[in-house]
Amino acid sequence: MIPQEFQYRRATSIDEAISLLKESGDEGKFLAGGHSLVPLMKLRLSEPGVLIDISRIPQLSGITEKDGTIQIGAGVTHAEVASSDLVRRLCPVVSECAAEIGDPQVRNRGTLGGSLAHADPAADYPAVMVALNAEVHIKGPGGWRAVKSGDFFQDLFTVDLAEDEIIAAVQFRPARNAAYAKLHQRASHYALVGVAAVLEMEGRTCRSASIGITGATGHAQHLANVESALSGKELTPETIAAAARIAADDLEEVNVDLHASEEYRRDMVRVFTKRAVEQAASR
Amino acid sequence: MAVVTPKMIGERIKRREDPRLIQGLGTYVDDIKLPGMLHLAFKRSDIAHGIIKSIDVSEAQSMPGVELVITGAELKEFLPPMPIGTPFPSPDHYSVAVDRVRYQGEPVAVVVAADRYLARDAADAIVVDYEVLPAVIDPEVAMQGQPALVHEAFENNLAVPYVPGGTGFDAEAGTVDNSAVDKAFAEADFTLSQRMMNQRLAPTAMEARGVVAHYEPGKDTLTIWSSTQNPHILKTFVAALTGIPDNQVRAIAPEVGGGFGCKINIYGEDYVAAALSKQLGKPLKWIEDRSEAFQATIHGRGILAYVDICGKNDGKVTGLKIKLIADIGAYNMILTAAIPTLTMLMLNGTYDIPAIRAELTEVFTNKMPTDAYRGAGRPEGTYFVERAMDMVARHLGMDPAEVKRKNFIKADQFPFATQMGAVYDSGDYEKTLDLALKNANWEGLKAERDRAKSEGRLVGLGVSFYVEVCGLGPSASLPTGGWEYSSVTVERSGKVTATTGSSPHGQGNETTFSQMLADQFGIPMSDVTILHGDTGVVKQGIGTFGSRSQAVGGTVLMKAGDKVKDKMARFAAAMLNPNEETDASEMVFQDGTIYFRDAPGNSVTFADVAAYAYVPVPLPEGLDPGLSEQAFWEPSNNTYPYGCHISMIEIDRDTGEPKLLKLIAVDDCGTVVNPLIVEGQIHGGLAQGIGQAMIEEVVYDDDGQLITGSFMDYAMPRATDFPRFELDKTVTPTPVNPLGAKGVGEAGTLGSTPCIVNAAVDALSEFGVTHIDMMLRPEKLWRIINQGGKS
Amino acid sequence: MANETPVSIKVNGKEEQRDVEPRLLLAHFLREDLGLTGTHIGCDTTQCGACTVLIDGKSVKACTVFAVQADGSEVTTIEGVGAEGELHPVQEGFWEEHGLQCGYCTPGMIMSGIHLLNENKNPSEQEIREGISGNFCRCTGYQHIVNAIQYAAKKG
Repeated sequence: MIPQEFQYRRATSIDEAISLLKESGDEGKFLAGGHSLVPLMKLRLSEPGVLIDISRIPQLSGITEKDGTIQIGAGVTHAEVASSDLVRRLCPVVSECAAEIGDPQVRNRGTLGGSLAHADPAADYPAVMVALNAEVHIKGPGGWRAVKSGDFFQDLFTVDLAEDEIIAAVQFRPARNAAYAKLHQRASHYALVGVAAVLEMEGRTCRSASIGITGATGHAQHLANVESALSGKELTPETIAAAARIAADDLEEVNVDLHASEEYRRDMVRVFTKRAVEQAASR
Repeated sequence: MAVVTPKMIGERIKRREDPRLIQGLGTYVDDIKLPGMLHLAFKRSDIAHGIIKSIDVSEAQSMPGVELVITGAELKEFLPPMPIGTPFPSPDHYSVAVDRVRYQGEPVAVVVAADRYLARDAADAIVVDYEVLPAVIDPEVAMQGQPALVHEAFENNLAVPYVPGGTGFDAEAGTVDNSAVDKAFAEADFTLSQRMMNQRLAPTAMEARGVVAHYEPGKDTLTIWSSTQNPHILKTFVAALTGIPDNQVRAIAPEVGGGFGCKINIYGEDYVAAALSKQLGKPLKWIEDRSEAFQATIHGRGILAYVDICGKNDGKVTGLKIKLIADIGAYNMILTAAIPTLTMLMLNGTYDIPAIRAELTEVFTNKMPTDAYRGAGRPEGTYFVERAMDMVARHLGMDPAEVKRKNFIKADQFPFATQMGAVYDSGDYEKTLDLALKNANWEGLKAERDRAKSEGRLVGLGVSFYVEVCGLGPSASLPTGGWEYSSVTVERSGKVTATTGSSPHGQGNETTFSQMLADQFGIPMSDVTILHGDTGVVKQGIGTFGSRSQAVGGTVLMKAGDKVKDKMARFAAAMLNPNEETDASEMVFQDGTIYFRDAPGNSVTFADVAAYAYVPVPLPEGLDPGLSEQAFWEPSNNTYPYGCHISMIEIDRDTGEPKLLKLIAVDDCGTVVNPLIVEGQIHGGLAQGIGQAMIEEVVYDDDGQLITGSFMDYAMPRATDFPRFELDKTVTPTPVNPLGAKGVGEAGTLGSTPCIVNAAVDALSEFGVTHIDMMLRPEKLWRIINQGGKS
Repeated sequence: MANETPVSIKVNGKEEQRDVEPRLLLAHFLREDLGLTGTHIGCDTTQCGACTVLIDGKSVKACTVFAVQADGSEVTTIEGVGAEGELHPVQEGFWEEHGLQCGYCTPGMIMSGIHLLNENKNPSEQEIREGISGNFCRCTGYQHIVNAIQYAAKKG
């Protein structure tokens, strides 16, 4: 219940955040909504020496539409995304996913950037961001770079983010035919398995498919075999079922815990792939 | 002119407790601040079983703000082992482990520091070196003495080696005659056998435990505030252990944030706070974290049963054999060993089963001890019997409700002495069953289920019938004493102050007891104050558990009230008829007045009589001044409320996820004082029972690590987990107390678990399944649907 | 204590200025420093919601926010929503509908109810259940809590 002592700093700009982080050596961590970090600190599973509060950096806030894409600041809360008219109109899967995270209070506080940086293997957002091929905009001392979500999540709680970098925003092309389907872990309500499907449809034909998965393995990733199985196909119950059937085939190191064995999780990957694709196709 | 006061008993009265609680003005133990107060933190074992080789407290001791660091071995010098309330042989259980730890989370050292942050920092700085021993986890393996002994003196880890009960058991001679049971099984048309686990649960009152102990050296007095269900027992036990005389100890249950049985116990932390406050001469506070609560507050249930049931093809059950194995954890707590005996006691269920053999063994394991958790033994018994009855119905292809009806104890058989030795006080089970079936539209529900099944959906119905033992007393049935205490004072102003030994923590007795006294004295409820939870104010008491507050606490309140009323009637009579000898029993108390039954036009006000009683000039002959009386009372028997629960669930064919669609309950708890409160009690019990059936389970791994150590893995039911419950009641008063109330606090936990598992088995019947152990983990159901798994 | 940081937080309309340790949780700040003990703590994993308060109008679990993070914010606790004689409709609903038993989860539950009704004046039963899904109650089975919020919604 009680975290270790730490120093508190507050940044008012992205650059200040980066320099404060640099100053703190390897002791520093960014604090935005704190809803991934603070629970760990209270259990003393994370003991940073310096917390740099980035919640008041104006550049990290806001949801904007630009050149046919949506950009969401890293500091935008789940509740803001869930209730954003813009997102709900252009890319409802993102709002729906945000509305599935935690509970109302957690959504009022937790942020998109925090969720991505923390990269909990059972978090909801990563699946959707992977499926959307969202770009994660990152700034470091050397300037800006962008990473595709599919490459951003590298391992358990490990992402493509250097010690001195900050996530500023996420940008993606909105998708109409997209859905996120999730099996709730009944205690935490994290995803035992969550699958996001983003389809480019032409009539009944799927021109291309992008599938992101969370909960099943150490980090969110694409289901490439399902993507190719769907691409170019007319989506019928049979083609969807056939694609879903192979959904777990290429997964390695599937998570095992009290709530689900590997065998069950693999089957749930199939089940929720089918559900997500069906739902995405039917929109 | 007096105001007309409506009759209160039986009314939906909103609670008197609520104004303070809805404004955040309640005082829970963590809200208490005393000058100079220091804070405790406990260093706990992170292993399940091991020998303490060394404890290094040097760093902790040197930290800023740290007043004291003390180990179990040092505490042992002045703090004896904790007492228990059961007669079974028991190993020494120290508040803080001395040389060996036996469950993960057992305290090994204590820090006293200036604030809770510093105390926690220092506890983390204590380094303990253990020699790790094999963890004893599976009770059936433990019974073979493997892989280790939890306590050297208890061979094969048997805490209670063997307790028989049922038909042919002679308690006095200690002999068991199996002939009737054997005959029943030999002559039966069928026998069904099933192993059933009633899994461990975490009580999880929303307020975890907490204690403030304040020893005042010059006075040699100790005041202890604890989040407890029974301050008087706390006082008695803490006095005994700390050596402070019990007339120098005052125990206070402030606002208590839920108990559900887990706050009956007096825990090591309570004793340590008291003993160290005495040693330091300073007030101390300890507040439990939720993580600590999962590890170190008692667990509930944890009883395994091997059930054999036999009967005739017409649905008549003729014999039942149940072998119970209780996984009680590492030590005996206050009632630990007694809880499974309540399971045994209730193995008749609501049925006239001619031959029953029950056998009980209790086993030590390297887990947190079990003890009373809402229902405390009875939900386990109900579950085993009701599952077995459902198996009979399924085996015979009969409607489960009709199998129950065929085997019920009939209304004209009460009082009914069961094979297990209970005497059921009153009941009309068929009436309750009929109402439940009607409310559920049972035939319609069955058609709905059949239609859903024909569409390929996995929908099932479950019905269960329970009887529980409540209103705990007389003293022969409770080691603490089976009575309750109350006092009633009519103040000089005519307001009424009552004290009760019941110690409500959500049950609403401030309201229900006020309703009772308002009726008894014919005064407005707002003129009554109920005091509880403070041994300095309430002279004696037992406490709130076993659904006994209304039945026992309510009755003794009436008794004390009657005494005052008798005396007050005599004062009133003297005022109305100063010169005549009158019969005070003819006085009527109504609408704030008192008058002779045959002369309602000539009355005195309640307040005037009260004032007169305190300045009695002239003093009526044979009367002493004042209006304050107390009473002790114990019932001649327990009470046996009962009810019928019906549920409909649907299981997702792809994922195995169960969803509760409907829950219909008809409960009979005898006389109802406040229907609103009774409904709330039933809702809460249902939620806990449904939680057990569907999502709750305490799990330790093979090394004794608690896997479900937080709400991240232990599923606490949320509002989204339930449909709207549909309640109704029948009212069959008990003859055991004049109020006719039986008790309702635990009822909901009894009927709901078998009801839901019966429904799950029904939903999955096409897969040939006849039993599913709780909880209904989706993967477990998925495996049944997929015949063991998908290849 | 070393390392203290000044904070200025408007709590229930009153400006509060203190020097606090950065690690001090807002829940402890409210309870210990300001004596506002209506905000309860029921878990250590950001789930039970007993500590729910409003920060700038949004429901938040005060056990998962450091006091320093709330610097410059407006915080509303149960003590700030209504008083006897002028109870908030949600408080009134809890009383009328028996929405509480032990009362421990109640302040947080009420704060969540208030937040829910601020966002959605006329929620369905399912929306109410979801709206309080971040608050645990062990006593009531939630049904009377749902009724309480429905009562408040009706009252407007």
